Amino acid sequence: MRGMTIIVQAISRLMAPAIFLLGVYVVLHGHLTPGGGFAGGVLIAGAFVLLVLAFGSEEWRSRALNWNATALESFGLFFFWFLAVLGMVQGVQFFVNVIAKSEPGTPYRLFSAGIIPLCNTAIGIEVAAGLFSIFICLAVMKMGEKP
Amino acid sequence: MLTVLILLIVLMILGAVVALESRDLLSGVISLGICGFALTIAFLLLQAPDLAIVQIIVETLTLVILIAAILKTTREDTSEPLGFRKILLWGMGLVAIAAFLLVTVGVLRHLPPFGAPELRMAQPYIDGGLPQTGAANLVAAIILDYRGYDTLGEATVLFTAVAGTVAVLRSVGRKHA
Repeated sequence: MRGMTIIVQAISRLMAPAIFLLGVYVVLHGHLTPGGGFAGGVLIAGAFVLLVLAFGSEEWRSRALNWNATALESFGLFFFWFLAVLGMVQGVQFFVNVIAKSEPGTPYRLFSAGIIPLCNTAIGIEVAAGLFSIFICLAVMKMGEKP
Repeated sequence: MLTVLILLIVLMILGAVVALESRDLLSGVISLGICGFALTIAFLLLQAPDLAIVQIIVETLTLVILIAAILKTTREDTSEPLGFRKILLWGMGLVAIAAFLLVTVGVLRHLPPFGAPELRMAQPYIDGGLPQTGAANLVAAIILDYRGYDTLGEATVLFTAVAGTVAVLRSVGRKHA
């Protein structure tokens, strides 16, 4: 896929870091404000999609990028499963909030609510990498090309 | 507010009908966007900012992906016109709509009024969400603590969907490449 004009490239070079940062903010503040792992993950994926659309896929060496995206997606899901099983390791139930049980933390602070911010981070990584892989597959890859 | 909601729903139905009937795939996708963005405004009116944020971002990204896929393939709806079978399909559709409306009217009479749900399960969540989990956002407290198992299944579904997409669109296997 070819890139777009220099106007689009300049604007998206300015906008993409801001969108990425907003996505990270939404993921990390998911337990305090509206949003969460899913919305923030889609925002992060949107920043990369904007860059790929503006600069073209050749510039991005889509194969390596897609491999990284697939690996990151697996890592996100694995992290989420790990957090879920952590409750059983501690000898309680599956998916119990183990950190909040031992250290409750102050509500309304960034470091509160136990494993909920960690779960949000895991979901954010998984959703961002997954949606970006789908975009690369549907829009950029040629027929017969290896991902 | 109810009037605005009804207007939005009518707009969404019109957008869906145009998206189904249009022969140009690009205008079909854009009409689908009318549906999604009207749904975003409806979520905002019903005071559900979490859903509104997810809806507007996912809708935008989905539109971008669909438009990119259309630009790479074809813009024309290449399926053949249905001809006289269309009359039969329209008739069956109208019968189905009539049956659905009849059943729905019967069911709606027994529902509680709009804005006053009779969910007994919601009140313990609202009361105990902050002290039990420490999360100020009640939605996060529910989907990641009380109902964490559901969210885990949802994340697994997304993972499976991505794995399927990559596997289908990769026409050359790893061994032969």
